[in-house]
Amino acid sequence: MNNPATFNWKIALKWLGAAFTAVMLLAGAPISGAGEHKIDAKGDKCVSDTDFMRRNHMTLLKHQRDDTMRKGIRTTQNSLKGCIECHASPKNNSVIGTNENFCQGCHSYAAVKLDCFECHSSKPKAASVAPHVVVQTRTNEAAQLQASAANTVEGSK
Amino acid sequence: MSSMDKNRRQLIGAGVAAAAGLVIAPGVTLLDLAHARPADQAADGTKRWGMLVDTNKCASGCNDCVSACGKENGVVSTGHPETDPQWIRKVELKEIKSGKTHSLPMMCQHCAEPPCVDVCPTGASFKRADGIVLVDRHICIGCRYCMMACPYKARSFVHEELHDQNPEVPRGKGCVEGCTLCVHRIDKDQLPACVEACKAAGHEAILFGDLNDANSEIAKRIATYASTQVRADLNLNTGVRYQGI
Repeated sequence: MNNPATFNWKIALKWLGAAFTAVMLLAGAPISGAGEHKIDAKGDKCVSDTDFMRRNHMTLLKHQRDDTMRKGIRTTQNSLKGCIECHASPKNNSVIGTNENFCQGCHSYAAVKLDCFECHSSKPKAASVAPHVVVQTRTNEAAQLQASAANTVEGSK
Repeated sequence: MSSMDKNRRQLIGAGVAAAAGLVIAPGVTLLDLAHARPADQAADGTKRWGMLVDTNKCASGCNDCVSACGKENGVVSTGHPETDPQWIRKVELKEIKSGKTHSLPMMCQHCAEPPCVDVCPTGASFKRADGIVLVDRHICIGCRYCMMACPYKARSFVHEELHDQNPEVPRGKGCVEGCTLCVHRIDKDQLPACVEACKAAGHEAILFGDLNDANSEIAKRIATYASTQVRADLNLNTGVRYQGI
């Protein structure tokens, strides 16, 4: 009667140990992973706590985006431009590019697609403009407009 | 010593006030002391931004407004002229009978009743409270209905991936775009890039201002001189008016 009880106790301990290790691995990995990611920032302090920002930055940005786009409210507290100005890496002056960059580093770790920068500049400073500026007029259109304007002028006389 | 300081300060204060206002007569100042709308305040419907283009002053062959727009908004050639986005273009007009020629810039006319907004299936194309017609790229699905609806061919589709955008002018592949009246500059109380370039070139053919403000230069000129809305027959009540065509 004693023997089986002792045997069970040992087994239980082993299982507990295994479970504890598993839990530590699962829980510890994200913490150590996020912790390892170096936060590049020029300022002293973010607009909110790191924990809050990690979970809610997308909501803040989305709210601000609609306010700015639709109403023309251009406060800097939660603006993407503000984020970029502070978090751009001193190495490549950007928040994306490599996994060491602020935005890309975390997003590639969390496997969340980041498409802000398909339209928004990922660099803080004014972008340089390529030398070939569109200057040509569309000839067909010009001819059409020419005709309609000539009519307008004639009509107004 | 303290009274001397006080006097000096008062004198400096009076000097600054006089220099800033350049008061000619009560209520009339040489410099318009317009204050930019505070950043946390929404654009409101009391204003309606517009432009008046004087085609008599617009020089034939001058492209300064177009290149300034391209520089400001990052509208650059991708090497495919057929599909390159175009926010503003110069149009040369000629009256057939008399041979008189006009040159004018053509861009989004910022209609009060914009057809592009009517047809947009997602609500991406919209008119801001102060009359500026914009595309919300976050919502635009790139269907190009608005391009078909616009009588002025003022909108373009971005066909190619873009890089190094102006941080204040986000643009990207797959969306429709057009003249924003340099909304990012207006919100900072600056003139649109084309207006500034025209001024810098010495032509001053484009006048920018608030159409709703009876005391603004643009409203006064529209009230005094004959101006034209292009395709006025469509009753779109355009924000961009032309003089001399």
